[in-house]
Amino acid sequence: MPNSDIPIAAGSEAAMRASATVEPVIQVEGLQAYYGESHILHGVDLTVHEGELVTLLGRNGAGKTTTLKSIIGMVGQRAGSIRVLGQETVNLKSNRIARLGIAYCPEERGIFSSLSVEENLYLPPVIGEGGVSVEELFELFPNLKERRGTKQGTRLSGGEQQMLAIARILRTGAKVLLLDEPTEGLAPVIVQQIGNIIRKLKERGFTILLVEQNFRFAAGLAERNYVMEDGRIVDMVRHDELAAKEAQLQEFLGV
Amino acid sequence: MVFDVPLSFLALQLFIGLQNGAFYALLSLGLAVIFGMLNVINFAHGAQYMLGAFATWLGLEYLGISYWWSLLLVPIVLGLFGILIERALLRWLYDLDHLYGLLLTFGLVLIIEGLVTDGFGSSGLPYDKPALFAGSERLALSGLTGNERDFMVVPIYRLWIIVAAVILCIATWYMIERTRLGSYLRAATENPALVRAFGVNVPLLITLTYGFGVALAGFAGVLAAGLQAITPHMGSNLIIVVFAVVVIGGMGSILGSIITSFALGLVEAITRIAYPEASNIVIFVIMILVLLTRPAGLFGREA
Ligand SMILES: Nc1ncnc2c1ncn2[C@@H]1O[C@H](COP(=O)(O)OP(=O)(O)OP(=O)(O)O)[C@@H](O)[C@H]1O
Ligand SMILES: [Mg+2]
Repeated sequence: MPNSDIPIAAGSEAAMRASATVEPVIQVEGLQAYYGESHILHGVDLTVHEGELVTLLGRNGAGKTTTLKSIIGMVGQRAGSIRVLGQETVNLKSNRIARLGIAYCPEERGIFSSLSVEENLYLPPVIGEGGVSVEELFELFPNLKERRGTKQGTRLSGGEQQMLAIARILRTGAKVLLLDEPTEGLAPVIVQQIGNIIRKLKERGFTILLVEQNFRFAAGLAERNYVMEDGRIVDMVRHDELAAKEAQLQEFLGV
Repeated sequence: MVFDVPLSFLALQLFIGLQNGAFYALLSLGLAVIFGMLNVINFAHGAQYMLGAFATWLGLEYLGISYWWSLLLVPIVLGLFGILIERALLRWLYDLDHLYGLLLTFGLVLIIEGLVTDGFGSSGLPYDKPALFAGSERLALSGLTGNERDFMVVPIYRLWIIVAAVILCIATWYMIERTRLGSYLRAATENPALVRAFGVNVPLLITLTYGFGVALAGFAGVLAAGLQAITPHMGSNLIIVVFAVVVIGGMGSILGSIITSFALGLVEAITRIAYPEASNIVIFVIMILVLLTRPAGLFGREA
């Protein structure tokens, strides 16, 4: 089912409010992306409105990470349209895109081993007002407070590294977050902690595009879920349709 | 007496060893910083050092720029020259194999040395260093025995070279390891794409890093101008040894390359006392031993 037939804002109160007045925070249309010779994305369309939490689901290799990297500008060759906070970015370099007020938390977490925990936390430059203060971050992530003195960021456990990767982009004042599989490979307790944090971020008004393989985790949080396959969006499921479409989704995701 | 030579001679040799180490440190530091950020083995480093010495000579000869002003101005001029090279040439090579950067900068060496030889000949130019540096200082080595053998004559200019290099090395280390800007540099060395996606202008950082590395070479060139005859090939002779120093120390650590540089200067000096015939090759022998046992270098991180 082609995505363009779907009334985009339906089912999401925040989205309906937003769509009536302002442009979406992220609007991707006909996005093509390439790594060298390989053509990875074949016309991706997706929309995220202010204050929404939207997920991108799909099997390994479907192109979820490539979609996020295209939005933040880390994929060199892309075509189509990507509008971020009202500005066309498909021809902008990533450092310019980030300064519009969007931040990316990579799948491999990207904690720097030559930086201490504190340096990792302070690395991303502040790009706007109203970032989460470090005191608040330590309330959200008590583990990080304990381990702030660690000399090498990569000495942290996987869960702590994930928290650090999220915490450091909250400091910057970015209001739009791209989170790539924040629960991958983590123990259930930690997955739950991260779920709580994402919920709090949503309450604070962050707009979040979340990539997940963990369908139950993601669907519980999100207003809408896009399903990706072979570099295309093949379905969009609203929160209230989940029960009805569960079997179909399970099949898509191969779980 | 271990080597059956006067203590004063021994001390002087070690002192000269440290002074050689000072040059190794300044140059290997620049090479390491450049390699970390640009992924380019800057073969032109020696030629840039030589240009520093020539610029110092030219400044005094034609513009009346004093040694002290040269210490400030020559690195700035060389840094700008480096920025030009980076913007015009090197930036096209970052995605390619190291070999391309090496070949390009090697080509630059041939061009620069050819032009300088053409303009000034290769017999060597003399430079009048400030009178302050002309003399030597006598330093008591073992208390007040009054025995002439226990005094060391310290050439003041060589002492100045060591002091200046140590200060600059520590300042560079501090900047890279302890400041916000340094954390950008270290992070961009690890993962430039991600640092850029945080909003940092990484290409600008890369350009400035190359300019800074070349400026360090220019500074070493100013120091060398007061020490030796200035010739078009003074850099090539030195840079081969510096490459060996970098291989021994490993690319990974700033502090490591500084320590390795001074230590190898001392090792060379000790060899010159104990077995002079080997003093020119001892660093290369150590390089081979290190490559066989720790390919990433003494302070390098194994890949
Ligand atoms: N740097 C790259 N160069 C070439 N091909 C790549 C590169 N990165 C990813 N690909 C390919 O692009 C396709 C999409 O990859 P992508 O990482 O976007 O998938 P994904 O949906 O995030 O998968 P996963 O769930 O495993 O993270 C895959 O076929 C992958 O092999
Ligand atoms: Mg992925």
